Amino acid sequence: MTIPLETFAARIDTRFGEQVTRIASICDELTYEVSKDEVLQLALALRDESEFAVDQLIDVCGVDYLTYGEDEWKTNSATDSGYSRGVERKPVILDESDTFDARRFAVVYHLLSLANNVRLRLRVYTGESNPPVVPSLVPVWNSANWFEREAFDMFGVLFEGHPDLRRIMTDYGFIGHPFRKDFPLSGNVEVIYDADKGRVAYQPVSIEERTLVPRVIRDDNRYSTDLKDVAGDG
Amino acid sequence: MAEIQNYTMNFGPQHPAAHGVLRLVLEMDGEVIQKADPHVGLLHRGTEKLAESKPYNQSIGYMDRLDYVSMMCNEHGYVLALEKLLGIRPPVRAQYIRVMFDEITRILNHLMWLGAHGLDIGAMTMFLYCFREREDLMDCYEAVSGTRMHATYYRPGGVFRDLPETMPKYQASKWRSQKEVDRLNDIRSGSLLDFIDAFCEKFPGCVDEYETLLTDNRIWKQRTVNIAVVSPERALNLGFTGPMLRGSGIEWDLRKKQVYETYDQVDFDIPVGVNGDCYDRYLVRVEEMRQSNRIIKQCVDWLRQNPGPVMVDDHKIVAPSRIEMKDDMESLIHHFKLFTEGYCVPEGEGYAAIEHPKGEFGVYVVSDGANKPYRVKIRAPGFSHLAAMSEMVEGHMLADVVAVIGTQDIVFGEIDR
Repeated sequence: MTIPLETFAARIDTRFGEQVTRIASICDELTYEVSKDEVLQLALALRDESEFAVDQLIDVCGVDYLTYGEDEWKTNSATDSGYSRGVERKPVILDESDTFDARRFAVVYHLLSLANNVRLRLRVYTGESNPPVVPSLVPVWNSANWFEREAFDMFGVLFEGHPDLRRIMTDYGFIGHPFRKDFPLSGNVEVIYDADKGRVAYQPVSIEERTLVPRVIRDDNRYSTDLKDVAGDG
Repeated sequence: MAEIQNYTMNFGPQHPAAHGVLRLVLEMDGEVIQKADPHVGLLHRGTEKLAESKPYNQSIGYMDRLDYVSMMCNEHGYVLALEKLLGIRPPVRAQYIRVMFDEITRILNHLMWLGAHGLDIGAMTMFLYCFREREDLMDCYEAVSGTRMHATYYRPGGVFRDLPETMPKYQASKWRSQKEVDRLNDIRSGSLLDFIDAFCEKFPGCVDEYETLLTDNRIWKQRTVNIAVVSPERALNLGFTGPMLRGSGIEWDLRKKQVYETYDQVDFDIPVGVNGDCYDRYLVRVEEMRQSNRIIKQCVDWLRQNPGPVMVDDHKIVAPSRIEMKDDMESLIHHFKLFTEGYCVPEGEGYAAIEHPKGEFGVYVVSDGANKPYRVKIRAPGFSHLAAMSEMVEGHMLADVVAVIGTQDIVFGEIDR
């Protein structure tokens, strides 16, 4: 049976109230922000209570909000010196501080209820700790297992209570978390055959990164905020 | 007396039955598997990170290379997510073309799966039969996009171009006589739609042939019946989608339940299994090929009668034609902006899922309003299926691992991304 999105949203609001914050969406989707201390308990309730019946965890993914909303190339006014494609690349400094911005890393869960035919998204910010930690949802939905391993591998987010948190995509012995925004696209090391040592070895990358199309953000009045729907007034 | 211990065995990464580069570390008790630990990532290319560094349209081609046996379906997921964020809908004709090519792709994928699965567990002939029909469908890809695999045919706002009036033809060579070429070109003399129509007429007979070889075959049944049984509850909990979920008896198909494009305008059924074993999943996929054929037939009929545009008329997103561009200043500016900078997508996030031949293929796009995505996450169906490998092979014999890899329809392009 298919139920309307707003009915489902109302059920969540009545049941969880203050625990969840609805995020406005530009394309009729249901997104909630949940604190990391409550996500496990919330997930259990969503799965087991028949009014929600969220049977599937479709996807878990990490997001690094480090450079959100930053463009590389500002051309708001004409210049007399012409322009170049030169995007100045800031040197990459690995963040070794004890804390991160509390809203830097997020873990996004995509849930699906087959019984209600509703999709739901939960976003959990990892907080300030370095490394970032969130509770694992493997006990609730087993499909979280590999997705969480991937998020750990790519973003370095630790999942507390995960049965087998190992790297999954990167090479054996890989250093770093490649999908973080402060990890360069071309990587840090490349593999060569070292004739002297007679084996395969690593060396710092020799390729230089280029930006063919700079990242730009345009103000577009077609997408002005008053056209977006506002959470809750549906 | 010597104590017998479990031992571990390495399977792959270069094993013909591993369907690419899968390394499995198997913990064995004699010939019985205790535990399987798949090591993936050998084909990891960082598609999601690469997409972050390119304007939106330039990543469509990467999508083809994810699941490289169902190319257009991958594009569809990505394009649908962008359209959702941009708030546009393609013209109806483009939607029908997409439905038709999605189903052609489904048959392509299932033929590849059937051939390879058959070959893995001892049915050599299947491979040859399936590839015979795949060739015709590849020609459809070629006719419409110019390439046989990596089409980049779907674009936000529609499809790249309308269906062609002619088909590519064979030419005589020292390997192919004129007589042979004439025979092959006979059904290629009309338009693409004529060719697909002729294929639809012939294809159910081909599926009958496959079924004659396998469905009641004693060896086939011995290798698949009661192998890797998954209960409906486990299938849900493990995140199974597509034929893997339907094989366990759950009637769930996004084409029916969360309709996209014009799937509500065509008539088809969802096959569902009973026992959740390899044999049921085989039956489900074979029936899906027949249903896809039905859908294609209906699309061909509709497309013949309803000419029209195949792209939205919004030059902020879709490039104007060459003729317009040479003729009109505004079009020239649009063209220049689109090819130097691309288009900006409004700030927000969206998830679009389609019923990919292998299951639910979803694309999650986070946009901060720039001309490049802030984050793209590809939800590949095979990923959660392979994650369940250990549970599925536990207690089976070593030879059954191959049957399970086959039944999961594994392709590493999408799992490793």
